[in-house]
Amino acid sequence: MTKPSIGSVKGWIYGSGVAVLCVWVLLPIGLIGLGAFGGRPAVYQWPKTLWPASLSLDQLAVFLKIDGVWNAALNSVLAASLTMVMALLLGAPAGYALARFSFKGATLFRLMILLTRAFPLAILALPLTVLFIRVGLYDTAFGVSLVHTALALPFAAMITASLFAGIPRELEEAAWVFGCTRWQAFVKVVLPLALPGMAAAAIFAFVISWNEVFAASVLTVQQRTLTAYLLTVLSESPLHYRFAGGFILIVPSVVFIFAVRRYLFALWGVTSR
Amino acid sequence: MPTSRWLPYMLIAPASVFLAVFFAVPLVQTIVLSFDGGTAGFLGNYQRMLNDLNFNVSIRNTFMLVLTVVPLQMMLAIGMGLMLQKMQKGRELVLWIWTIPLGVSDLAAGLVWLAILQNTGYLNTLLFHMGVIDSPTAWLNAETPVTLFIAVVVAEIWRSTAVVLVIIVAGLQLIPKEFGEAAEIFGAGRWQKFTRVTLPMLKPSLQSALILRTVLAFEVFAAVYAIGGRNIPVLVGEAYVWQRENQNYSVAAAYAVLIMVISLAATAVYLRLLREKPEAQA
Repeated sequence: MTKPSIGSVKGWIYGSGVAVLCVWVLLPIGLIGLGAFGGRPAVYQWPKTLWPASLSLDQLAVFLKIDGVWNAALNSVLAASLTMVMALLLGAPAGYALARFSFKGATLFRLMILLTRAFPLAILALPLTVLFIRVGLYDTAFGVSLVHTALALPFAAMITASLFAGIPRELEEAAWVFGCTRWQAFVKVVLPLALPGMAAAAIFAFVISWNEVFAASVLTVQQRTLTAYLLTVLSESPLHYRFAGGFILIVPSVVFIFAVRRYLFALWGVTSR
Repeated sequence: MPTSRWLPYMLIAPASVFLAVFFAVPLVQTIVLSFDGGTAGFLGNYQRMLNDLNFNVSIRNTFMLVLTVVPLQMMLAIGMGLMLQKMQKGRELVLWIWTIPLGVSDLAAGLVWLAILQNTGYLNTLLFHMGVIDSPTAWLNAETPVTLFIAVVVAEIWRSTAVVLVIIVAGLQLIPKEFGEAAEIFGAGRWQKFTRVTLPMLKPSLQSALILRTVLAFEVFAAVYAIGGRNIPVLVGEAYVWQRENQNYSVAAAYAVLIMVISLAATAVYLRLLREKPEAQA
């Protein structure tokens, strides 16, 4: 409708807008990476050069050797793995029920799941401190993972519900005809089809736990997760250690988001409508 | 296959019990704890919260952050969503890049922007080369509250716009192409098409994005502490301080109740403001 020359100017503006936004997302991650691998000399260098001379893996290794860092990273992995397993074990059956049955209370259950999203859930870790101290769960990765599961479970249930709903009921029914029990049909027919999506849901649960700061900080003292450790040492640790910690927090998440990118809309988009 | 009437209930039972224990119980506990003022009486904890030196500041900071971050990121995400819609080549790659911050925690986002904005950071180097400053300048301490606030806003927008984008892109995909084409046939310009077709059709997505982001934005904490330490108090930060440093779980609970009430009120407001009109429903 418009003259081609104007169209190409528009296209150019539009293309550079896209590029600028890509740089806006990526550049900051690159810069904290330089801080993490550059160590003290790079962080306090003035004015900065684009490529600090001190860049090396050793700088990051120095951070990992600090007392408590390695332990905190292990606690994070442990809490996130437990969260992943529990969220899926509890959430997937509920998702299957929502996808395959119409039953009284289904709407109520859906509503409860949605309601948890309108709540600042992590804050509920505050009163749990008292309970956890009493039953011996305080200051354990397992205790932290219980709260993180409460955060991840609603997502796991909704994601698996949309996954199972996308697998034709007829496939399952065919398996019943051939003599499979409901459980066998689920394991042999539905599960293999749902597996990639369930892996994405699991990874998502892992990331929720890995990134959570508040509940983890409130519920731990010695056995801190990486986020809790970083938060508590923020004011006393030198800048390059903070950047190394931040960078280590980011890297797994970026990889995970790449792995689940095909399921992003099942995770966030459609289920939240 | 004969289906037991109880099967669906057995399937949702584990999740329901778990959520009851770790959602409903602590919720009630928080409320009970907050009203347990000991000798100070029923509202003693709320009294202490209100008299807390940081209370007014933290309320103001939290609301200002929410009211700045959420509208800006909604606009940014809608813009990004429309850009993606027009893209033919490289859409997948751009979408992946733009959603990377989904995996970044608020703490890490704060540290990322600290790396850029600290005294000998990249922003100051840029300003130095542009001739604006000639020595490392501090932007993030108590004497520079405005730039400190802007830094937190930038970090929060950088990190949390991705989730809004995903919700909006999913919503845009659900709008039938014919609607826009029909609007064009009737002579609607681009702006009219956007305000009369795209935005109204996007309403459910906008609503869920707004609720999700507002609730989370009222919980803002780690990014603020990573960038400004205690120089910019926020509500969740105060709850954390009362719990960890003052070891006063009751006042912390009062803060928690306040944050929950604000979150629920915000959700109610959105549900009311963006309510579907009866005739718009299928």
